[in-house]
Amino acid sequence: MRGIPIVIGYSLKESLRRRVFLVVLVLTVVFLGLFALGTNEAFQAVESRLGAEADNPLGVDDRELTGATMFGLSMFGTLFLGAVLAAFLTLGTVRGDAERGLLQPLVVRPIGRSTLLVGRFAAAALVCSVYVVLVYLGTLLITWQIGDWLPDRIVGPAAQLAAATAVIAALSLLGSVFLTATANGIAVFMVFGAGLVAGLLGQIGEALSSERLMNVAEVASWLLPFEALYQDGLNAITADSSGFTEVALSLGPFGGAQAAGAFLWPWALAYIALVGLLALTAFARKDL
Amino acid sequence: MGYLAELFRFPGWASADELLHLHQRLAGSRGGESERTELLQLVGLTEARSRRVETMSKGMQQRLGLAQALVGTPRFLFLDEPTSALDPGGRRTVRGLLEELRHRGVAVLLNSHLLSEIELVCDRVAILSRGVIVAEGRPEDLARPRGVEVDVDGGTRLYEGAGRQEVPRIVADLVAAGAQVFGVRVLETTLEEIYLEAVGDQAG
Repeated sequence: MRGIPIVIGYSLKESLRRRVFLVVLVLTVVFLGLFALGTNEAFQAVESRLGAEADNPLGVDDRELTGATMFGLSMFGTLFLGAVLAAFLTLGTVRGDAERGLLQPLVVRPIGRSTLLVGRFAAAALVCSVYVVLVYLGTLLITWQIGDWLPDRIVGPAAQLAAATAVIAALSLLGSVFLTATANGIAVFMVFGAGLVAGLLGQIGEALSSERLMNVAEVASWLLPFEALYQDGLNAITADSSGFTEVALSLGPFGGAQAAGAFLWPWALAYIALVGLLALTAFARKDL
Repeated sequence: MGYLAELFRFPGWASADELLHLHQRLAGSRGGESERTELLQLVGLTEARSRRVETMSKGMQQRLGLAQALVGTPRFLFLDEPTSALDPGGRRTVRGLLEELRHRGVAVLLNSHLLSEIELVCDRVAILSRGVIVAEGRPEDLARPRGVEVDVDGGTRLYEGAGRQEVPRIVADLVAAGAQVFGVRVLETTLEEIYLEAVGDQAG
């Protein structure tokens, strides 16, 4: 286990020095720029409408609605970027690196395969968490500055987005034991897409009051807990809204998010441990 | 123990020095900077110390691989085709390096198909065929006399099956018979011939 910090240090250095990091940085700046532009437009539209029609019989808080919808969108974007980073950092860890010959000089050192995998996971989870939290804070600053809007909960959703990327990193590491880097990348994004589709299904189910759709979505989001974490975080940013504002929010594209309850965190951590254990077992038996 | 795989690559973003430093930590070596300096010097990469791996030629990477395998002064070194990517100059460097290691008392297990290289550096040879040792011994013991070739005024004469011991008699006979002898060569089987004989038809 003395090797874990060494592997983490090596992996951190690698993630900062590879070109992927530069690509992600550029994409992030583009994303934040677009988001600021969109937020500005949205709030300007709200201001002009608020000026035009003074009466608002239902008492829907337009500013809340706009802020929550834009911030919901930013959380979706942040999770997506975090997932891309998590996948790129881990998709070739075992088979990909073995095929390229990068793994051979490392596995013969007296640190053990499990140390290598645990260190790799810890580094990827750390990089992705820091990245996701920074982007989250960036979008928070943008909605606050432009629209004077802040989410009802700030810390919880950030931690959940970070945990969601850690789940994706764990799944990607598991996949890397069996699949080549390209195949694993495709698989990880298909799983990520499946989670998102399940979440959207749940929202449609909520809008249609379809119990069955909601159940399917709930099972899927527990099977792929990055989705449950994201949904719960999305739900928390408008935790304090009520009345018609809440109804109006629930009809929006990011409004039907479900709170996951107290079991979410223990399950997410257990899930990462379980996926990690599977990856360790498979890697220990793998003939390189 | 040190090991260099036949198929290996180092991360392109790392410099030679960083890479050795990483392996020092992984191997638990306390050699520090002086060990890295010495290893880079040993494989002729002193100038490339802060060069990134991706800017190095295959031969330089191979030599860096050897330096990496030597981190922590292993008593036993396992090298799998260490000269396969090298040009003749690089091969000579590696050969010199292996001789230096032998001098230091490091046991080296060299796995190679370059039999002429093996003939030059190895103390003992084992030929494997399908996981079974089919021939083993010192190269000079494995080699068998194949004949003696003598250049005389009439051309070259071959005495098949003759060995070194018979050379004086052959030359004396020729001179007694009035021939002029210009040169004598003792022919021995090469490792390649021994290999082909030992592995036989299984070689593919």
